[in-house]
Amino acid sequence: MTTPSPILSIDTLSLSFGGLKALTDVSFDVAPNSITAIIGPNGAGKTSLFNCISGFYTPRAGAIRFEGADITRTHPPHRAKLGLARTFQNIALFRGMTVLDNIKLGRHAHMKTNLFDALVYWGRAQKEEMELRAEVEEKIIDFLEINHIRNAPVASLAYGLRKRVELARALAMQPKVLMLDEPVAGMNREETEDMARFILDVKEEWGVTILMVEHDMGMVMDISDHVVVLNFGHVIARGRPSEVTQDPDVIKAYLGGSDVEALQRRIQGREAA
Amino acid sequence: MEFDWLFFSEVTLAGLGNSALLALTGLAFVLIYKATRVVNLAIGEMLMVGAYLFFSFTAGMGLPPLVAIPLALLGGAALGAIIERSIIRPMLGEAAISVLMVTIGLGSILIGVTEMIWGAEPTALPDFMGKAPIFIGDAYVSRKVVIGFSVAAVVIAGVLFAFRFWRGGVALRATASDQAAAYSCGINVPAVFSFAWIFAGAAAAGAGILVGAVGGISPAMGVFGLSALVVVIVGGLDSIAGALIGGMLVGLLEAWCGTYLGGEFKMLATFGLLMLVLVIRPYGLFGTVEIERL
Repeated sequence: MTTPSPILSIDTLSLSFGGLKALTDVSFDVAPNSITAIIGPNGAGKTSLFNCISGFYTPRAGAIRFEGADITRTHPPHRAKLGLARTFQNIALFRGMTVLDNIKLGRHAHMKTNLFDALVYWGRAQKEEMELRAEVEEKIIDFLEINHIRNAPVASLAYGLRKRVELARALAMQPKVLMLDEPVAGMNREETEDMARFILDVKEEWGVTILMVEHDMGMVMDISDHVVVLNFGHVIARGRPSEVTQDPDVIKAYLGGSDVEALQRRIQGREAA
Repeated sequence: MEFDWLFFSEVTLAGLGNSALLALTGLAFVLIYKATRVVNLAIGEMLMVGAYLFFSFTAGMGLPPLVAIPLALLGGAALGAIIERSIIRPMLGEAAISVLMVTIGLGSILIGVTEMIWGAEPTALPDFMGKAPIFIGDAYVSRKVVIGFSVAAVVIAGVLFAFRFWRGGVALRATASDQAAAYSCGINVPAVFSFAWIFAGAAAAGAGILVGAVGGISPAMGVFGLSALVVVIVGGLDSIAGALIGGMLVGLLEAWCGTYLGGEFKMLATFGLLMLVLVIRPYGLFGTVEIERL
């Protein structure tokens, strides 16, 4: 079996802020219809990497390829149109608007006409497209179980629900790759399980490729197909979840020990005692 | 003494005319603030340049008003675009106070350039609205006030409508709410910035023509922007409805106080209102209360 060509490929990406090297020669591929998780200690460069991929930062060197095309210097709105959607670590919703308005804005990227056309021209094709999109939105609302709050202002919602609305808006962009920045951060067990289920369903039912940054190891190990570990801006390991957890470098990065075997012995010793 | 209701209604109607112009100028200010979070203290000077452009096109080049007005609006829009691209966009990410200082400097430059081109003497705009008075019931209103009011009301209503239903308006609201999220949703945030300045430039030029038609033009007419600033602070910096209501309040208050208490009380009343509102509602009557939830 040959591996399918990657939908997103990060090639020796480097980013620095002044003298601070945030990312150094980061490379990895994201296979279509998979869940790839980026993990690493705080300050490892995960969010910086995300911001490069979504176009908020311009890397110093390296390339980002989406479906084979170089998008390293493409503006975020254009990336959205190509099929990259993201959520934010600190929920970024449009506060004054309702849940439905927020979701509707997700389709903004795909409006074909420009703003001035839309003001004066309401063609039939456009109307049909609008109906199609409304259908998609209904599907998303059903799927994420947020029908009961569709007309609520987002500012009034609980944290877990807001995260879900943000996911809904990203889905409304009908992305090929969905980037989730800490989708379950700050959630309780139950909310985390719900979100994990949604993410799996998005992959399986909608055929969307997922790239996520997450700290919740339990969830990462449960649902990821592929894990990339960052530390101090370098990729220190990548592979299947089970491989990554056995990697001495990863254990060192997370537990901070210099002698991994000694550390493991100590842990085992404590368990035995 | 019997209260003269007819006189009162005439004063009120004149005040409403001024209200509408204040609201229109406030609208230009609010649009820029909403989209770009820039406090543009040069809005009064942009208004003045619009009035002078109209003056040049009519009195200078002899164009009919129906041609000169769109040209002056285009000129105002171009001024907005130039300011945004050359001065404001390079300041992106700088502290709000720095950008505010830059707009103060910009105001001085616009005054200086105007004096160099057109001279410092106050002049009257050529009459283009006609002089025949209009009576509403028994009350006399100047034609200029009626036209000014109608134009401002239509523009503000149009903008309110566009913000609700036009996709570009929604994009602007989204940008105002969260720039990063808007950017990642496929909204072209820099284009929204430009649009806000272009539209505000045109709105300010329109207000300038109307203000100039009522009171004449001079390089110092930008002080009208100071009253407009009070309007938007009272109404809430990021609220279009606030600019409308604030404009009404300030315009009427100025008219009543100016007539019944004397001209020297105008500013006292205006800024008294400002202080009162700030004490009760620090974000203005309709402004977004910015509470960070930690």
